[in-house]
Amino acid sequence: MRTFDYVTATDVTTALRTVAERPGAKFLGGGTNLVDLIRENVERPDVVVDVTRLPLTGIDELPGGGVRVGAGVRNSALAAHPLVRTRYPVLSQAVLNGASAQLRNMATVGGNLLQRTRCPYFYDTASPCAKREPGSGCGALGGITRDAAILGVSEHCVATHPSDMAVALAALDAVVEVESIRGTRRVPVLELYRPPGDTPHVETVLERDELITAVELPAADAAPRSRYRKVRDRASYAFALVSVAAALRLDGDTIVDARVALGGVAPLPWRAAEAERLLVGAPATEETFARAAEAELAAATPQHDNAFKVELARRTIVATLRELQEHAAAGSAA
Amino acid sequence: MTSTHNTTREPVVGAPVDRVDGPAKTTGAARFAAEHDLAGLTHAALVTATVSRGRITGIDTSAAEALPGVVAVLTHHNAPKLNPPKRVSPVNMSTMVSGTQVNYLNTDEVHWDGQPVAVVVAEHSHAAREAAALVEVTYERLPATVDFAAELPNAVLDKGNMLMPTGAKKGDADAALAAAPVVVDSEYSTPQHHHNAIEPHATTAVWHGDELAVHDATQNMAWLRAHLALRFGVPEAKVRVLAPFVGGGFGGKGFAWPGVILAVLAARATGRPVRLSLTREDVYRTVGARTPSTQRVALGAGRDGKLTALVHTAVTRKSPVGGQPEPAVTPANHLYGAANIRTGQSSVTLDWIPNTAVRAPGDAIGSFALESAIDELAYELGADPIELRMRNEPERNPIDGKKFSHRMLREAYELGAHRFGWADRSPEPGTTRDGRWLVGTGVATAYHPQLRLTANVTVRLAADGSVTVRSGLHEIGVGAATVQAQIAADALGVPFDAVHVECGDSALPEGAMAGGSMQTSSVAASVLAACRKLTRRLDTLARRSGTAGRTPAEIVAAAKVPYIEAAVGSDTRIGKAAGQARFMARTARDMRRWQKAACGAHFCEVRVDADTGEVRVSRWTGAFDVGRVMNRKTAVSQLRGGIVMGIGMALTEEAHVDPRSGRIMNPSLSGYHVPVHADIPPIDIAYLDEPDPTMPLGLLGIGEVGITGVAAAVANAIHNATGKRLRDLPITPAKLL
Repeated sequence: MRTFDYVTATDVTTALRTVAERPGAKFLGGGTNLVDLIRENVERPDVVVDVTRLPLTGIDELPGGGVRVGAGVRNSALAAHPLVRTRYPVLSQAVLNGASAQLRNMATVGGNLLQRTRCPYFYDTASPCAKREPGSGCGALGGITRDAAILGVSEHCVATHPSDMAVALAALDAVVEVESIRGTRRVPVLELYRPPGDTPHVETVLERDELITAVELPAADAAPRSRYRKVRDRASYAFALVSVAAALRLDGDTIVDARVALGGVAPLPWRAAEAERLLVGAPATEETFARAAEAELAAATPQHDNAFKVELARRTIVATLRELQEHAAAGSAA
Repeated sequence: MTSTHNTTREPVVGAPVDRVDGPAKTTGAARFAAEHDLAGLTHAALVTATVSRGRITGIDTSAAEALPGVVAVLTHHNAPKLNPPKRVSPVNMSTMVSGTQVNYLNTDEVHWDGQPVAVVVAEHSHAAREAAALVEVTYERLPATVDFAAELPNAVLDKGNMLMPTGAKKGDADAALAAAPVVVDSEYSTPQHHHNAIEPHATTAVWHGDELAVHDATQNMAWLRAHLALRFGVPEAKVRVLAPFVGGGFGGKGFAWPGVILAVLAARATGRPVRLSLTREDVYRTVGARTPSTQRVALGAGRDGKLTALVHTAVTRKSPVGGQPEPAVTPANHLYGAANIRTGQSSVTLDWIPNTAVRAPGDAIGSFALESAIDELAYELGADPIELRMRNEPERNPIDGKKFSHRMLREAYELGAHRFGWADRSPEPGTTRDGRWLVGTGVATAYHPQLRLTANVTVRLAADGSVTVRSGLHEIGVGAATVQAQIAADALGVPFDAVHVECGDSALPEGAMAGGSMQTSSVAASVLAACRKLTRRLDTLARRSGTAGRTPAEIVAAAKVPYIEAAVGSDTRIGKAAGQARFMARTARDMRRWQKAACGAHFCEVRVDADTGEVRVSRWTGAFDVGRVMNRKTAVSQLRGGIVMGIGMALTEEAHVDPRSGRIMNPSLSGYHVPVHADIPPIDIAYLDEPDPTMPLGLLGIGEVGITGVAAAVANAIHNATGKRLRDLPITPAKLL
């Protein structure tokens, strides 16, 4: 770890200006990932600008039924908020499935979205990693890739995006509000992340000096019947082998709206568009769920030691949809 | 022995006495090895090799040296000379203490990925770590053999020794197997495990001339002191090792790994006190681990379930630079009365840091294979797995017909089965379901052999009635000092609170290492002997001064002496050699005469998600025969902790070693999955509390027996839940799809 300056900002403009003016500057949220990366010599900023004292900690209802979440809201506060728990249970569940209580008390919404992969080769400065050092190759390929991605990978990078929260936001069509000294823009979560291609070090569409200030959750009819299911090696404090954020809206036995997003399987929160296409209009049966899952995973390209993820993802998608369908059936019967 | 001064007092041995070290730890008053602030203290950080075998061709330390606060960067170019470690000799057990045979910073050779190649000393720990990252090392890579699985065909049979036998034979097991009506013949595998004590290894070292004081996180002060004296060329008497508090060991602090050697080296080179607190990653890379293994267990039985053949062979890893083989097949010599037995141990040699003891070396992984195989045989026969075990429960040690000093496995199973409700089990796999969960139960035997070491002790009784027990024993978090205070209190007939135990300092009479579940019984034997001497002296004193019938304090006070004292063992050179000789003779006699061990029965209920293969352990009962229990609270805690560690072994723990480079890729507590609270159900612990007649106070060691058999109980329960037999640890969801 090398020494760096630490600056706190109490207004957004100052924070934006400081980072814009200093090329080696980075925004610091809860520090649950960036500080680790600095300690490991993976990130080497000259200055970190602490944005947790900015007035970005509100959770407010929007006209039209949506909800706006400030980027500085702590993960634990987001998961516990009544608006989130009642309207977007998938989001609350996703957050509570991430990390540990202590980490969730520190981590912010903005920081969670921008956390880096936990690929061991990215963390190990003795190994090549094109995400850490552009052009150095991929140490993971042919090595330990048990946790690697199976969808949307490139020959330069097979790392997964680690966030649980972002998977739920992808299913909910959330929109990210971004500010810089040049102004404010809105980016759908699904367009925030870039596939690795031949530049795996470029992970999002954000410029270095842009700050996420809020996340907007659109009003979503299906969201109350939503569920986040995370499969991992131990009961808590582990990244997903596979996770599924899903929401279903049924008319009788017919699916009229479906949202499915996957975590732990791709370099970015993976919206399962092909699965959704097959679900909508089809009867809510085990066969439909299996067909949708298989279609989504047809393009999977596992590594030598993580082929299990394809089967695990298939089963977890089916199990999550089945559970939603059973709840819906129980609800309408009551 | 009836004594003139004994008062009627409720015994404290066996009671759930709170640990005497509790208040110091909970208030933060306890100082661990990395918490000693000495005047002029400097901080060290390691630079570790990133190749598995090679030569250092260049080290550029200029950027590191230029960093403000850096005091020195030590490499093989400028480090002080260090004497090489001694070759391991079974006659002098302390030669085993060197973790490796490498002479750190005195060679340009690299023998494993992670070997320290430089040490930075700085005024602050952050400067030391930053500078360490700036040291540029270049290597000539040499061909390295690092892939355990790929190397298996090259395994070579191990030669054992008296203390670590590696194989045994009775009858012709292979012929009996070929002729057996029912056969189970399976391969099992276990990965590399790490200790993960909560306190990373740390050393604070200070030289005063040629006198060395070392605060170290060690389970083995005496051997470490001897080793440091050897490596640094000073008499043992000039070296003092202090370890009053150690934050867990599990075997990882039993031997001298590079950290402590390099901290002392850095202190000598700089003339300043040095603190070296390993990072968690350093611990993974510079401290040995538990070897991976593949094992074969073949069982032959009649239709009546009587075993006619038992074959257990294992392949483990060894290093070209030191260490001991892991005796994984020993449980098969002791557990079942098979007519024919063959056990054998082979190794592959890899360019790896030597393996070391991890809680119940050999028995933890060997019991997984053997106790899984017995369950497989029970299923083949359609027999209850407990009944099958009891049908083969031996009267004498199966491999050689020795007497058991004591063995109550049958009673442990009865006790456990009753508490767990085993009779309600559905034996047919996959038949119990609770919503999305498949539910199953399993059992396995726990078994850990008992050995003893020598321990020197003095016990002093003062005129104010206080008793001081002095012995270089190790309090590594288990309640060791508390238990010795209980033993001394009862032996002298004084209140528990009157006894103070001084420990954790090599200046005290030489104790026993905290390893192999040996420390408590070894020290207890000497404490009892010293207390007997002291009582005799007290009786004499009372007779002389006519104070018979008075309290011990009154007798001493009336005699007008400040205290009386009794010692067991001698710390002189000759005294120690004599002690070692007595120890060898007694060990040999004991081993000829008796098979001694702690044992027990694990009962486990698991729930397996029918879709995802996630396993949750939902219920546990462990019923143990551990001789007489000294302290209900700390004993239960040890047994429960062993089970927790065993659940980790069963379901989650595994070092991910890149098979191309030999580099550990998950050297952290987020990547290496020990169980979290949510993985552990309430654990019910029961014990028989029946003394072993050959042991002091009838106690048997309890530090390791808890982990043995656990992984098999879990795997057996998973089979009962799902019908799937998992033979490769850890049993992750991936393997259950």
